[in-house]
Amino acid sequence: MDQSHIRNFCIIAHIDHGKSTLADRIIEMTGTLTHREMQDQVLDNMDLERERGITIKSQAVRIIYTDKNGEEYIFNLIDTPGHVDFNYEVSRALAACDGAILVVDAAQGVEAQTLANVYLAMEHDLEILPVINKIDLPSADPDRVAEEIEDVIGIDASNAPRVSAKTGENMDQVLEAIVNALPAPTGDPNKPLKALIFDSLYDSYRGVIVFMRIMEGTVKAGDRIRMMATGTEADVVEVGYFGAGRFIPCDELPAGMVGYLTASLKNVSDTRVGDTVTLADNPCDEALPGYKKARSMVFCGIYPADSAKYPELRDALEKLQLNDAALTFEPETSAALGFGFRCGFLGLLHLDVVQERLEREYGLDLVTTAPGVVYRIYKTDGTVMELTNPSNMPDPSEIDYMEEPVVDAEIMVNSEFIGAIMDLCQERRGTYVSMDYIEENRAVLKYVMPLNEIIYDFFDALKSRSRGYASLDYEMKGYVRQDLVRLDILVNHEIVDALSFIVPASTAYDRGRKLCERLKEEIPRHLFEIPIQAAVGGKIIARETVKAMRKDVLAKCYGGDISRKRKLLEKQKEGKKKMRQVGNVSIPQEAFMAVLKLDTDK
Amino acid sequence: MKTTDSEIQLYIHIPFCKRKCAYCDFLSAPATFSQMESYMDALRKEISLRKGEAAGKRLRSVYIGGGTPSYLLSEQIERTMDLVQQEYPVQPNTEVTIEVNPGMVNEAKAKAYARCGINRISMGLQETHDELLAHLGRIHTYHKFLESYTLCRKAGFDNINIDLMCGIPGQSLEMWEETLTRVLRLRTPHLSCYGLIIEEGTPFYELYGEDEERRERGEEPLHLPSEELERSMYAMTGQMLREAGYHHYEISNYAKEGFESVHNNGYWQRYPYIGCGLGASSLVGEERWDNPREMEDYITPLSEGHLPDVEKRALSVKEQMEEFMFLGLRRMEGVYISDFTENFGRDSEVIYGDVMARLREEGLLEKKEGRIFLTGKGIDVSNYVFSEFLIDSV
Repeated sequence: MDQSHIRNFCIIAHIDHGKSTLADRIIEMTGTLTHREMQDQVLDNMDLERERGITIKSQAVRIIYTDKNGEEYIFNLIDTPGHVDFNYEVSRALAACDGAILVVDAAQGVEAQTLANVYLAMEHDLEILPVINKIDLPSADPDRVAEEIEDVIGIDASNAPRVSAKTGENMDQVLEAIVNALPAPTGDPNKPLKALIFDSLYDSYRGVIVFMRIMEGTVKAGDRIRMMATGTEADVVEVGYFGAGRFIPCDELPAGMVGYLTASLKNVSDTRVGDTVTLADNPCDEALPGYKKARSMVFCGIYPADSAKYPELRDALEKLQLNDAALTFEPETSAALGFGFRCGFLGLLHLDVVQERLEREYGLDLVTTAPGVVYRIYKTDGTVMELTNPSNMPDPSEIDYMEEPVVDAEIMVNSEFIGAIMDLCQERRGTYVSMDYIEENRAVLKYVMPLNEIIYDFFDALKSRSRGYASLDYEMKGYVRQDLVRLDILVNHEIVDALSFIVPASTAYDRGRKLCERLKEEIPRHLFEIPIQAAVGGKIIARETVKAMRKDVLAKCYGGDISRKRKLLEKQKEGKKKMRQVGNVSIPQEAFMAVLKLDTDK
Repeated sequence: MKTTDSEIQLYIHIPFCKRKCAYCDFLSAPATFSQMESYMDALRKEISLRKGEAAGKRLRSVYIGGGTPSYLLSEQIERTMDLVQQEYPVQPNTEVTIEVNPGMVNEAKAKAYARCGINRISMGLQETHDELLAHLGRIHTYHKFLESYTLCRKAGFDNINIDLMCGIPGQSLEMWEETLTRVLRLRTPHLSCYGLIIEEGTPFYELYGEDEERRERGEEPLHLPSEELERSMYAMTGQMLREAGYHHYEISNYAKEGFESVHNNGYWQRYPYIGCGLGASSLVGEERWDNPREMEDYITPLSEGHLPDVEKRALSVKEQMEEFMFLGLRRMEGVYISDFTENFGRDSEVIYGDVMARLREEGLLEKKEGRIFLTGKGIDVSNYVFSEFLIDSV
């Protein structure tokens, strides 16, 4: 099929504006799937994604549409992840498209993420097709929303289809508009191959499956290809396109097409998202712009709850890494937790997702330590070390000074919340850079923020203080000097290494006190009194006490119902089994995450 | 051959009461006269059908519990006891107990109980302060109890137990002392002193569930007595009762010499028992089972002449050993090491050596004269001690 009958596009939207439903409806209406085959949300096919309502790995689907004039078109619909942790993946997925459908809720109108996503799409020169969704809602006001799209975003919405993806109303207009309003791809199929990797997947039979958009040239089975950034070369085994939920092989993929290739590649890290695929013997002169190596920003220790499961944990991490090039890990040992791994992630959500996949897909019971960032330590002997595990921090006498990573944070927010968000940034040690009004009542706040302050619950705090209106985008800026100390926690006079973390000296006292309070709630009472202390450099700065358990309830006689008594005792014993022994104190697994929750409740 | 194999006990459950107490989670509820009639017919059917389990064994004890057995017409109890006498090898020295609720018994009933072979009465007094009794949802007053107690004595009952309860919201140490003083004046040969437990699903759980959680976390409760107060109450109980000549023979039970409850001791020493009635539990031949807890599931099969379906669970040797320890240790005498060896053909040191050594080190367990038993500190945290005797399955 010639390029004029291909459309490559994505769907962008604020959360809950109906992106997935619209995608499902398009796929359903183009007839690649029967009604019966439709799962609720075809594009989100990982269990985890469905439950959390987010899309983690971007995916693509190729569908066939026959328009009003009877002409057949190929639609390549590329799904994008929606969280700031995965911003880079989003930008690569967008780069694979020529146009974007912008979904706007007919009741809620333009919201923070709507704008952020539109601007991102515009940066990639995508043609935007606005669609006003949820017109079936009683509170829907499509006229007002159309006006808002024109006023706020500045794109023509006069012809925007007004639909209900839920009921299917006017959905045919969307399909026609894709053909008419979105551009066909360009690119010469006879030039040397130039293809953008926007995702990859590990399959145990075929190895790595590379998802790509062909910009120039053509690729087919038998070609020897090269990844321009990593330098990896391989022979193409198969090329094809994406059916709904399955791969469909074809002879060749020419410029303009979206598809996949397999080449007996063993490791996802050989095929980095953003890299350019070309032919080994006939390479293109330059790679596509914008490639960035995935870099771990957040680190934490992951340990098996049952130390005998260490080999299983290693296997699981290795398998996950096949599919997730951004995940890094190396073995480490903790006095409190035994053998485990120090793992690196793109951000906190990435950490969460990995942890859940380990627990769910591999059935592992985990203990996770508080996440931290990579600090730089300039030692008095002139050497520099990178610190990812607080336990490895050298003696203060050996440290000249330390640096922590900071980011350029851009927060888009409605004017009514500017005060609240500035307060928040201030509390999180942010340095104000600028504030620009992009419209009458919307501004972009720029701050330089310590990454460490962002990885905890900054995103949640931002949403709650702006009633969901603020959006965050950040980029690594570099390192700045900071007066940092290691805060140690002693339980019953013993340092629990897995609870140590790095804090600015100025907040150590406050953090230490809060953490002791929190741990007091987490650690159950024992037969003896347990002091919980926070210390910096051997000096105790805070203390709480878990009182000794003096007495059980006086057991009643249950007559002959011994089974009931047994269950009670088993419950008591089971609770203890799930804890970690540190000295003679049992510490529940949740306690190791307590550091994370310092700012949430109160 | 186990020491317990030649004897058996019989428990009979009466799941009716005039009104449910606010803290009670036993299987019991108010019922109409005809409901009680049809239940008792089914119960007697079960007693007959299960007699085979007792064949060739000596009957140690019969216990009619509830609910409130004294809520029934005395004729129902007599007919049931006549049947037990007829089908089971009741002997003159077999302990036969009935639970009696103060205010629910009269002279005629008490005399009828004596006539049909009942030789022990257990009375649920709980407290002697009427405001606390009202709060618990008890239907009687202290005065009413004294009346009921007197008429039981006059009907010829010497072996009477009185149930008492400490740890009630609003109960001070002084009140508890007064209750103990009052009860000791009666010189009754057996006293059970329990602590109030806030059970899920009871009105008390609604009232005090959160407070109980506070207390468990080690915080000061708002309504319930503090741990310290409960410990003081428990210590006072032991001291006053010992001074009055009672022997502390089980965590919550005290008796004059020779008046320990045969039936309850049997549970802790793992004598076999047949439980008849709604939801009743049995242990026979190292198998445990529970009767249905729904009235219909219980009555229907019996009215058709056969036993209700139960799921019999054969106890593994591991489970038997665990029970031997966590039940046996409830008795102050503790467990005899030689009994363990005799029962299981294995040395308790092999199975529990580590646990026992650790618990002795923690001051919770003591070993003396061939037996191990809880220390005072061990009694305070008995659930923890018992749970340590559960063997981790590998």
